[in-house]
Amino acid sequence: MDTAIEVTGLVKTFGRTRALDGLELTVRAGEVHGFLGPNGAGKSTAIRVLLGLLRADAGAARLLGGDPWRDAVALHRRLAYVPGDVTLWPNLTGGEVIDLLGRLRGGIDQRRRDELLTAFELDPRKKGRAYSKGNRQKVGLVAALAADVELLILDEPTSGLDPLMEGVFQHWVGRARAEGRTVLLSSHILGEVEALCDRVTIIRNGRAVETGTLAELRHLQRTSVDAELAGPPHGLAELPGVHNLRIDGDRVRFDVDTPVLDAALGRLTEIGVRSLVSRPPTLEELFRRHYESAAAPAGATR
Amino acid sequence: MTGPAGGPNRRGGPLTGTLHLARLVLRRDRVLLPIWVLLIAVLPAFYAATYAELYPTAAQRAEYALTTAGNPSIVALLGPLHGDSVGALTAQRAGLLHLIVGLISLLVVVRHTRTEEEAGRRELLGATVLGRYAGLAAALLVTCAADLLLGLLVTGGLVAADQPAAGSLAFGLSVALAGIVFAAVGALAAQLTESAAGARGLGLSMLGAAYLLRLAGDAGDREWLSRLSPLGWAQRTHPYAGERWWPLALLAGLAALVGAAAFRLSVRRDLGAGVLPQRLGPPTAGPALAGPWGLAWRLHRGSLLGWTVCAAALGAVLGGAADAAGNAVHGNETLARVIERLGGSSALAEAYLGAALSIVALAAAGCGIQAALRMRAEETAQRAEPVLATGVGRSRWLLSHLVFALLGPAVMLAVTGAATGLSYGLSVSDVAGRAPRLTGAALAHVPAVWVLVGLTVLLFGLLPRLSVGGAWAALAACLLLGQLGSVLELSQWLLDLSPFTHTPQLLGATVDPLPLLALTATSAALLALGLATFRRRDLPTP
Ligand SMILES: Nc1ncnc2c1ncn2[C@@H]1O[C@H](COP(=O)(O)OP(=O)(O)OP(=O)(O)O)[C@@H](O)[C@H]1O
Ligand SMILES: [Mg+2]
Repeated sequence: MDTAIEVTGLVKTFGRTRALDGLELTVRAGEVHGFLGPNGAGKSTAIRVLLGLLRADAGAARLLGGDPWRDAVALHRRLAYVPGDVTLWPNLTGGEVIDLLGRLRGGIDQRRRDELLTAFELDPRKKGRAYSKGNRQKVGLVAALAADVELLILDEPTSGLDPLMEGVFQHWVGRARAEGRTVLLSSHILGEVEALCDRVTIIRNGRAVETGTLAELRHLQRTSVDAELAGPPHGLAELPGVHNLRIDGDRVRFDVDTPVLDAALGRLTEIGVRSLVSRPPTLEELFRRHYESAAAPAGATR
Repeated sequence: MTGPAGGPNRRGGPLTGTLHLARLVLRRDRVLLPIWVLLIAVLPAFYAATYAELYPTAAQRAEYALTTAGNPSIVALLGPLHGDSVGALTAQRAGLLHLIVGLISLLVVVRHTRTEEEAGRRELLGATVLGRYAGLAAALLVTCAADLLLGLLVTGGLVAADQPAAGSLAFGLSVALAGIVFAAVGALAAQLTESAAGARGLGLSMLGAAYLLRLAGDAGDREWLSRLSPLGWAQRTHPYAGERWWPLALLAGLAALVGAAAFRLSVRRDLGAGVLPQRLGPPTAGPALAGPWGLAWRLHRGSLLGWTVCAAALGAVLGGAADAAGNAVHGNETLARVIERLGGSSALAEAYLGAALSIVALAAAGCGIQAALRMRAEETAQRAEPVLATGVGRSRWLLSHLVFALLGPAVMLAVTGAATGLSYGLSVSDVAGRAPRLTGAALAHVPAVWVLVGLTVLLFGLLPRLSVGGAWAALAACLLLGQLGSVLELSQWLLDLSPFTHTPQLLGATVDPLPLLALTATSAALLALGLATFRRRDLPTP
């Protein structure tokens, strides 16, 4: 089996809100897949449909070769889930919750559990209501990462973790991937995405707008160019794929679609280049472009 | 959000923002609050009109007072009777109002203090400019204002039903002050414990103790017991029979005292914490916490234990008072003759116990509904989600809770019956005869209780948003039908709506198993429907 998750045309409405509007998502077995999008894009809704907690209105979803709604119980033994806001029972200790969730999944690796507790510096003796937000999150993470499962579904799992703990988390997700587990990771933390994800899917208004490796996505983006030329910069505006052109005497600044970068640079060298600064799109710009246009109608760009 | 009262520039005292929060409380309760106030406010006037119609002459009322209202079992359950005017009969009949208003006030205060804190919403508000006392003060302000309004409406209703003003005011104020006292008790309980459930449990035990003291005191010749209970004070204003006002002052004083203690404690603890310190627990789960059943047991055991202990105490008091109730007729010739016709003083005691057990059955239904509604609490707090995302299916999860919702009230009824039988048997030296009989009579209420549990589960599956309000409303409707039905001579189909109408009175009658089977079947059907609808629906998102 080489696809762990396969979602096509998924629709989920809440009254008049279309939380998912024809979502497509493919997660290959053994990869860490980033699931990104602005607030309210539908990430958590999609994850809840995959967990059989919500029932989709239309579309198809396959999870580890099964139907997430009908085969929920059998599938859940093969996966572990961490929500973005772990809530604990006030009268159970963190250690009890970790063991309980492990047993409900059909067993827990005791050595791993202890290793994780040490790594995350979590005191398992505290009662649920005595944990801070970050420590509640750690309880969920330890329970999930200690489980011997094929698939980890993580919905903003590190919200509230301090940077050190963020590092510990990344280390353990790396280990999970090395062991051949599949990870679906919804996140707003770009560093985390860049460090961990093999491929990402960006969704907006319940629909996937981009999917691929980070390198591929970068390729789809624009490189910004800032150059001082030997002569007047004619003929640049006519080139396809050049945007935001600003001319200031002999100095030009523009953004260019990365696939046609070559043509643009060719034109510059024809004029003669005195100095050139070119910058590939940062991950942040990449997301900003997708996220900011969330409010604009689909298809429109800045 | 706009700034708190007084604007952002003014320096705030400990009460800054109280009015803002009070408005928030009012907004959140804008449906529930008017409903319960109005519903309760019309009851006494309703009783008065009915009595005036049913017993128009003084002679008829005297007869009724002597044979029915003065009956020791009625006095024990409802409270003392002061005279035989329409007003006096009404005041006694509405005696449970003090308990009910106390109960509601307590729950409302806990809901707007500890529940808010537990949900983290208080923290959100606390970060805006609020005084230290504002949260507690707002909850108490709204509840006490509602109680006072209720008291005045009760007074107005009684006056409109042609009752003397002074007596109406005494009764109305006694209801209002009973509510206010237990609002303060709720406020205190909310400071002492760490969870809303704990606060409710603590407050309800205090309310239960007050009722039991009053009941035990009024059942026989031990009036001093009644005088220890705030509910006893509230029923000693002698409305329409030479009103006494001092009990009202006593109630107001007690409320002030308890309220002040709550305010003191509220600033001596951290937000979210209780006064009692937090202890560490085990670092690993014991072998019992291995599946959904183990988890459900951990979640339910505390409150079930509380219910059962209260049930045992209630049974012991009820049973102990039975003999006194049966014998309190000495010197009352007419009543003695009536009782002789009914089968002697032991029959009277049993009639009283039968009536008492029907009230216990309502409490047991409350226990069952509370346990069933824990499922709703679990899912809205997003604690069902992580469990249902493991190898636990929805049916198993629901059944793990259902076991406690079904067995809890059954155990509670059995314990009450056994305790009643034991203490009654001891007082008449016939434990072997009475204990099994009363246990059986108590257990006969189980199917009716299960119907309400079934209804709760159906609501949970089908209309989860309405499940909490709907289930408690159904219980309140059963309580009203049971209380009003006998007085108003309501038509049978209306009475038949309450499952408790169909419970056979096992004491002194031959048993017809058919209604019990029918009730059990109804409950099974409701449960099955609830499970089927729950399996099909979405889980709530945060
Ligand atoms: N139970 C519900 N009722 C109504 N609307 C809902 C419900 N659950 C989700 N929504 C709506 O569906 C949309 C998608 O929400 P979702 O929680 O999936 O977003 P998200 O991508 O996880 O956002 P975030 O990054 O903030 O976690 C939002 O517009 C949300 O308001
Ligand atoms: Mg989300």
